[in-house]
Amino acid sequence: MPETQPNAGNATGTLLRGAWPAIVCIALLALVPTLSAMFDNPFLIRLFTRVLIFAIVAVALNFVLGFGGLVSMMHAGLFGVGAYVVAILAVHDFDGAPLWIFPGTSNLAITIPLAIVVTALVALLSGAVSLRTSGAYFIMITLAFNQMLYYFFVALQKYGGEDGQQILASLSFAGFDITKRVTFYYVSLAVLVAVMLLFWRLVNSRFGIILRATAQNERRVVALGVSPLRYKLAAFVISGAITGLAGGLWAAGQQFVSPADLSWIRAADFVVMAVLGGMTRVWGAVLGAVVIVLLEALLPNYTQYWQMPFGLIVILIVVYLQGGLAGLFVRDRPTGAH
Amino acid sequence: MSASLFIEQMLNGIQFGVMLFLISAGLTLVFGIMNLINLAHGALFMLGAFLATAFIKWTNNYLLAAVLAMVITAFVGYVLELLVLRRFYSRSHLDQVLVTFGLILVFNDIVRLIWGVVPVQFRLPQAFAGSINLFGDVQYPTFRLLILAVGLLVALGLYYVVVHTRIGMWIRAGASNRPMASALGVDVGLIFSLVFAAGAALAGLAGLMTGSISSVQVGMGDPVLILALVVTVIGGIGSIRGAFVAALMIGIVDTFGRVLLPPALGSMVIFMLMAVILAWRPKGLFPVHA
Amino acid sequence: MATPILEIKALQKRFAGLVATNDLSLDVMAGETHAVIGPNGAGKTTLIAQLQGELSPDGGAIFFNGKNITREPAHRRAHLGIARSFQITSIFPQFTVLANVALAVQAQQGHSFRFFGSAWDDSELLGPAREAMDQIGIAHRADIYAEDLSHGERRQLELAMALAMKPQLLLLDEPMAGMGRQEGQRMTQVLANLKKHYAILLVEHDMDAVFALADRISVLVAGRTIATGSPEEIRNDPAVKAAYLGHGG
Repeated sequence: MPETQPNAGNATGTLLRGAWPAIVCIALLALVPTLSAMFDNPFLIRLFTRVLIFAIVAVALNFVLGFGGLVSMMHAGLFGVGAYVVAILAVHDFDGAPLWIFPGTSNLAITIPLAIVVTALVALLSGAVSLRTSGAYFIMITLAFNQMLYYFFVALQKYGGEDGQQILASLSFAGFDITKRVTFYYVSLAVLVAVMLLFWRLVNSRFGIILRATAQNERRVVALGVSPLRYKLAAFVISGAITGLAGGLWAAGQQFVSPADLSWIRAADFVVMAVLGGMTRVWGAVLGAVVIVLLEALLPNYTQYWQMPFGLIVILIVVYLQGGLAGLFVRDRPTGAH
Repeated sequence: MSASLFIEQMLNGIQFGVMLFLISAGLTLVFGIMNLINLAHGALFMLGAFLATAFIKWTNNYLLAAVLAMVITAFVGYVLELLVLRRFYSRSHLDQVLVTFGLILVFNDIVRLIWGVVPVQFRLPQAFAGSINLFGDVQYPTFRLLILAVGLLVALGLYYVVVHTRIGMWIRAGASNRPMASALGVDVGLIFSLVFAAGAALAGLAGLMTGSISSVQVGMGDPVLILALVVTVIGGIGSIRGAFVAALMIGIVDTFGRVLLPPALGSMVIFMLMAVILAWRPKGLFPVHA
Repeated sequence: MATPILEIKALQKRFAGLVATNDLSLDVMAGETHAVIGPNGAGKTTLIAQLQGELSPDGGAIFFNGKNITREPAHRRAHLGIARSFQITSIFPQFTVLANVALAVQAQQGHSFRFFGSAWDDSELLGPAREAMDQIGIAHRADIYAEDLSHGERRQLELAMALAMKPQLLLLDEPMAGMGRQEGQRMTQVLANLKKHYAILLVEHDMDAVFALADRISVLVAGRTIATGSPEEIRNDPAVKAAYLGHGG
């Protein structure tokens, strides 16, 4: 999915040009359950479910990071909010005790949309404060908000505190059991593809163009008669909402949530995924998520001190891989105009 | 809340605030002068704590151990600046965040490699092991009082150096207008190294102070780093005075928040304070760059 | 008698003790090209920034079509019909020329909370964008990335973006800055063409262009106008000669 710009003729004819790494990547991801069955290796499907869900976050984050120029360090926090919404409602369903006046529920058809709405609200409030600033201030404030959300869930003793919360109720989606490994994997893959299409439409819409223009030259956007704050805030809320969706899926897939899901290290991991993937394309972040999740899963097999090579890899990426992985596959600029 | 509990908590809050100031001072100056977001500053804090415990075991002399720990932390900071961070001054804040994030992971593993994953105990000196009577009925641990006094002294000394001396004037000139400072003939490279090493030493001191009253363990710098960022942002990036005011404010509000409010709220109160202050003054309380 | 489209009354702006705009009054009539000249540091760009809304004045008032806009934010002034071209070229380097101008059209059309539908093949945007590019003579570079343009072409793009905003008043901040002789002459022609359709406040150092284009000229020294009049009057004004033209200008 190239991020197109107007050209002499057909924008639609060039729709898929340059997107082949993404298509190949999605096709390979679709094969994982088959491979997992073939090698009788259920770990594979678990690992790649993680890849898919983190990829959703990375794509959503890159919408504000790569296209909006906003370095958010609180997407782990938003992810956790979505996850806890699903988990807390499931706990109340299992216990039979209402949450204030609301009954709990294990129906994901209710809890996932709720996760999206609640996370969007948190993004709206935190964005309204942090977007009043810019640059380094924005990075530090979002990092602080991430930590605030982390401590909030650590302090919630009722839902496991620091140890986290197991989901014992059996989750369903309006009566359908989607939590079986393979089903859940394909559901996650479908959500990822839908999210990629959504953001691809967004970055080429009038809205997305204002966002991208603001990242390039905010002063000029104001002079053209646009007040950019509303657009940045809307983008942050949309990105947050999708991240909440991913969090909800995460809770459903793991049947477990904990404050560790919100740690600031993970917030930084998400940023690494987006940067590594290549920030100028919607699909780049998927490649970043694949590589980072696999590294984090495989490195500990070789050494107990795996964070050191991981940290060095992060540093090398910043120094040497300016265009990200997407830039390695597709050398032309982010456009279908050529 | 009784008067004695109030006094005790107030002392705790000030002591926490002073510690936060020591770690924030380097962070805010490095940001103000070099325009660098250094997340790895928390790793220097951790290093100071580990080095101090090791030197105490080795020399059995607290003062010597503290000085050695600070000197070595300063040296590590100096080398870090010279070899790695100097290359990133002109890069984007995003690149700086990622590189210093990578450095944190590396530092954490180095410390884990040397000292292991089990928290290390910091042995208190015998003379300061007990507690002391304050204002009649307030019992306060002597050692906490000592680090409060040391921290306050260092903080005031730093404030004096930055605000009232020639080198402090250069540093402030660098923080508010870098091209101007170099045009005035200030050796900017030297100032950078100096500020970075001094910031590292102070972070190390804050680390050993914290380590002596809680435990010394891998990753102990991360949560403190984020509090230091909050202090820096509230105070106004690059402002020593702002960092001092904000650090005391955060230290006291956090301490009382944890005592007076329900846990979920108490742990969030300083971040809410930050949000309110920034909604009111987006550039912090004492903005340096007009 | 013609009515002023822009009226500036006793404008004041100070920066940390330095007076940048000092009790400045000026007007631009409908259809008029009013040039503002003056030595470096006279406060010309500061004046433009206050008119566009990027800087807010410390005192005085600005009227646009009789409406007091002194406290209106910049983006609202753009919608009222004030377009600025920047002295230091300010464009969107990672967009094509056409995309730059289409963005200006889009901004002019009102809010951009349209989340779906590709803006890149929206004839509502591309049509007016091509028109503006034709007017400036940069249509042949439509598909070039803005960062790949020559300096002169960037200045033209700047102007095309200003036109795409369908303005009533153009604030042009040194449109010829950094241009070679030939490019400058071509730009003068473009501006002579625009002059027929828009009221223009022109800040420019190139005196040939100023005297060729301006209906009236104001001379700005140390933040205040020392003279206003027809090109002929200004050429012969002794105070102007002493303060400005006399110094080898």
